[in-house]
Amino acid sequence: MSGAVALIVVVAGATAFGLLWRSRSGRMHVVGAGDDGAIGRTGEVGEVGPGGVTAALAALGVVPGAAPVTLVQFSSAFCAPCRATRLVCASVAERFAGVRHVEVDAEAHLDAVRRLHIWRTPTVLVVDGAGTIVHRATGTLSAAQVTAAVAPLLAAGAAR
Amino acid sequence: MLLDPRGPRFAAAITSVVLVLIMIFSAGWLALAQAAVFAVAAVAPRYSPYGLVYRTVLAPRLPRPTELEPAAPFRFAQSVGLVFMLVAAVGYLMGAPLLGLVFTAFALLAAFLNAAFGLCLGCEVYLAWRRLSRRPLASRVPAPEN
Repeated sequence: MSGAVALIVVVAGATAFGLLWRSRSGRMHVVGAGDDGAIGRTGEVGEVGPGGVTAALAALGVVPGAAPVTLVQFSSAFCAPCRATRLVCASVAERFAGVRHVEVDAEAHLDAVRRLHIWRTPTVLVVDGAGTIVHRATGTLSAAQVTAAVAPLLAAGAAR
Repeated sequence: MLLDPRGPRFAAAITSVVLVLIMIFSAGWLALAQAAVFAVAAVAPRYSPYGLVYRTVLAPRLPRPTELEPAAPFRFAQSVGLVFMLVAAVGYLMGAPLLGLVFTAFALLAAFLNAAFGLCLGCEVYLAWRRLSRRPLASRVPAPEN
């Protein structure tokens, strides 16, 4: 009897958690709403300058001016959603000329991972042409979510 | 060693069903059997019983995997499952059914999330754990052609 009750509690709880997790995954968060876009959310992304965000991104091969938009994807082993996210980001990069997709093995770049406050994989950073992190999303992304984040940046880049 | 990622998810589904049966019937011996399954999977993933079912029955009917994943994290997860199932089996068989129930419930939580949502708790904390322990491990590699 208690087994059946515990069973229902576990399955109901796990289902609720799973649904919440799935609805949250891939949601784009705006980073750096303030004037100095290079600095992320307060306490979220580290300081600018040596040892800061720019240096961390540069260590991953993402330097300002390299592309109008760069999708920096952090992946690791044991990460099925990383695969799906890789396909989505690659397809968006193929569709839009100004978008570059860089996939980073998080474990091989633990310094950058710490500096950019990456805790889970996949995490995707949307970096604009100036090397500023504009969006951050964790979990499986849809092409629509990536396109929605990328399109305004491309339009702004073209207008400049 | 590399695995077809769909194998562990299939194994999680079978495991969930077994864990449900254990909870309903307070089946200590079944818990012990599931512990043995975890032990085999942790030591030799290629010979894990559920994995064998996947490879012989399901895999031939599915398209080839485009990517493989390292076996190490899967083995880690199975080891955790082994510990939980051993405690549960001891609980059920030695007259502490509540102990058995609690540990089976936690195992079911992890297995069910993996089977139903493709969410593995290990993956969620995996990088966090690596950040703290800092041991290198090769990431996914493309599957060989043949």
